[in-house]
Amino acid sequence: MSKRKGKISHQPLGECITQVQRILRERYCQQKLAKGLDGVGAQHKHLEELLRRTAVYGESNSVLIVGPRGAGKSSLLRSVLQELLEEKEVQENLLQVHLNGLLQTDDRIALKEITRQLHLENVVGEKVFGSFAENLAFLLEALKKGDRTSSRPVLFVLDEFDLFAHHKNQTLLYNLFDVSQSTQAPVAVVGLTCRLDVLELLEKRVKSRFSHRQIHLLSGLTFSQYLDRVRAQLSLSDDFCDSRFAQEWNASVKNLIEDKSVQDVLQRHFDCSKDFRSLHVLLMLCLSRVTLAKPTIKASDLLDASRLCLADCKTNMLHGLSIVELCLIIAMKHLNDVYEGEPFNLQMVHNEFKKFLQRKSNSMYNFSPPVIVKGFEHLQQLELVRPVDGSPKTQREYQMMRLMVDRSQIMEALQKYPQCPTDIKQWALSAFA
Amino acid sequence: MAGLLEHPGYDEERLKRAAEQLPCREVQAGMLLSLMGEPHQYCYPSIFIYGHRASGKSHVINVLMKELELPHATLSCVECVSVALLFEQVLRSFFGCDVASLLPRSPSLTDFVRIYRQQSPARQTRYIVMEKAELLRDADANLLPALLRLQELVEDNVTVILLSEIVWDTFRPNTGCFEPLLLHFPDYSKVELQQILSQDRHPSFSAELYSFYVSVLLGVFYSVCRDLRELRHLAALNFSKFCEPLAEGKVKETDTHKLWKNIEPHLKKAMQTVYLREVSSLQWEQMQQMEEETGALKGLSAHTHVELPFYSKFLLIAAYLASYNPARTDKRFFLKHHGKIKKTNFLKKNEKTTNHLLGPKPFPLDRLLAIFYSVVDGRVAPTASIFSQISSLVTLQLLAQVSHDDQLDSPKYKCAVSLEFICNISRTVNFDIMKYLYDFL
Repeated sequence: MSKRKGKISHQPLGECITQVQRILRERYCQQKLAKGLDGVGAQHKHLEELLRRTAVYGESNSVLIVGPRGAGKSSLLRSVLQELLEEKEVQENLLQVHLNGLLQTDDRIALKEITRQLHLENVVGEKVFGSFAENLAFLLEALKKGDRTSSRPVLFVLDEFDLFAHHKNQTLLYNLFDVSQSTQAPVAVVGLTCRLDVLELLEKRVKSRFSHRQIHLLSGLTFSQYLDRVRAQLSLSDDFCDSRFAQEWNASVKNLIEDKSVQDVLQRHFDCSKDFRSLHVLLMLCLSRVTLAKPTIKASDLLDASRLCLADCKTNMLHGLSIVELCLIIAMKHLNDVYEGEPFNLQMVHNEFKKFLQRKSNSMYNFSPPVIVKGFEHLQQLELVRPVDGSPKTQREYQMMRLMVDRSQIMEALQKYPQCPTDIKQWALSAFA
Repeated sequence: MAGLLEHPGYDEERLKRAAEQLPCREVQAGMLLSLMGEPHQYCYPSIFIYGHRASGKSHVINVLMKELELPHATLSCVECVSVALLFEQVLRSFFGCDVASLLPRSPSLTDFVRIYRQQSPARQTRYIVMEKAELLRDADANLLPALLRLQELVEDNVTVILLSEIVWDTFRPNTGCFEPLLLHFPDYSKVELQQILSQDRHPSFSAELYSFYVSVLLGVFYSVCRDLRELRHLAALNFSKFCEPLAEGKVKETDTHKLWKNIEPHLKKAMQTVYLREVSSLQWEQMQQMEEETGALKGLSAHTHVELPFYSKFLLIAAYLASYNPARTDKRFFLKHHGKIKKTNFLKKNEKTTNHLLGPKPFPLDRLLAIFYSVVDGRVAPTASIFSQISSLVTLQLLAQVSHDDQLDSPKYKCAVSLEFICNISRTVNFDIMKYLYDFL
């Protein structure tokens, strides 16, 4: 069947590439996943069951989805909702309110947003409410059906749930959970958070109203599952416009994953983090290199992308420093070694630098103190050195500082430094060279 | 032209024009372009570009945005003192003034997102470029995390590009946030700097001459400064001096050695003055003319021109001694018959020469006056004029008052001048300060 289809919908290569870019970019940027998430079947079922009970039978519920950033919390919720909304009954009935802790920074704003998302601005009009609870009750009352016996179920999604816990008196959370406990109206409250200790943030009265249902998304992914995930993220689905191209693409992806060097790279990424987000950054970088002239992802692309992802920012910044600034950094490193990480000031650094210069007969790096000070200030601007908190204000050359760069970062940067003088390299290795 | 920019979905003519404006940044521009993809495709929600000052971050972005006519809002976080300004500018650049005026007074992020979502969705990627993004850390705690995932919040094809000199690690909030895609702009190499600087050549001079001048300039400044903007400024300031012997007809263009000999000391002096901003560029130009007229070399440093009254000088010297000598050594320095203090006892090895590294220590007023009376010649009565001179030294910021203002009995001070400065001062009153400093015994 696929052969027949391939003949009909064969399209020029450029068009295919554009389509690939569009589909995969949407996948990586908007977290629109190819299919249901792998390895979270139980959580998926649990959540779906809960929401269905609210949407269909009018039961109230509250649940927290907890997992590290980029673990797929939002994706899980989205895919569950998508499935539920395919049912006609749910689609007609369920109302959704999406709140985000980043946007709704206090409960007044949140309530306004709820009113807006329920399309009740006209009903509320100029009414004045005595309390928050009264206002919310009024909103939910307004949703009742004509015969006043049953109310439409409302789904409240609270993204960045932990931020809502910082609102004054936790009014919003208290009221939402209170409604979900009583029989006022069927509501489902779904909180998404990355904080495992989120329950500790809730006040006692809020906590007691919460159902204590938590769905954890802690991935215990093995490497082979990770590889499967990478392949799933790169592969095209069967309904791609040109099926022959899709087959070729998927085959090339399969080859790519089986490559030894690629597996090594992926292993390193796997060891760093297993979440979707960091994987998406890597794949996005690979994808951006796919062009008409090179219509597949090669192993070298992945290697380059990984090098870019894993590169150390501070080492990169050290690479661009001038010789004077680099010398100062090395002097600081020696001070750190000698005094075991005690803070230092510019005068000590300069002294250390002078000691080095005295051992050298040629005075190639003989700079006047103000030039050194300027270099030091530049380092401070780049936040490679930082003043110690709470030290008294003195002249800038005596201000106590700490170095924010690691020893290994300095050595790595020195290796790459263009035309680095040998004596400076020697000095970096040993304070007495 | 090497490394032409290429990407489907953009006009080739425009790409070519953009590439011409981006010397030595082809790799970065190409990378950025391929990440941006075709105009209607989605781009990663947030991109964080970091690199040293004047490494072409803003320039590359601006040229790409302008030449390819992409919908964008460029703003500098220095200008956006309140979030209201930020929101207004973004809305105005995307949708015009009418939409921007929909914002209420003191808008919150919700208002911004709401108004944005009411507008028509983007047909091609919109870009919000934020320069000096490090200032966003000082803004509202949830502004930066929200901007990073703006694409998700407004459900539109929008990308936020952050530009900064500071590495991403210092931006991350406590509970983490959406991680942007990091992109590094490396510094220009020496060859690249030479190439870019040589493009500023005035048409009346030959290319070889100008590039020779640039290489001389880089020879002096490269080890200290790699900031293209600063080097360019220095190149423009000093070129007239370089051309002087040519204009007078003393030297031919080919005689590079003589030209070098003429300009090099001059550049070295510029390093001490213009580079450190001790004189403005206007003053520097005036000084160059003055020099032609009088031929005299004047001391340029601003610090040498402080005039003080006689007793003030001694007060400052006494303050310096009190700040940098341990109190127990006063007996040895200022008492005529100090009894038996052995030199070996006196010089404790471990604390030697550390006072000038650790900085000035605070001292009480009594000690200052005691040292003052012993160093100054002749008898001085402790009159009000002496005390007022102390407070005027504080006003001049040569002394710093350490204790609180309300402590009237025994105020404490610190000396806030450098060794070089105090040596100059003491030379004017014929006082050999080195003999009295514990660190230099």
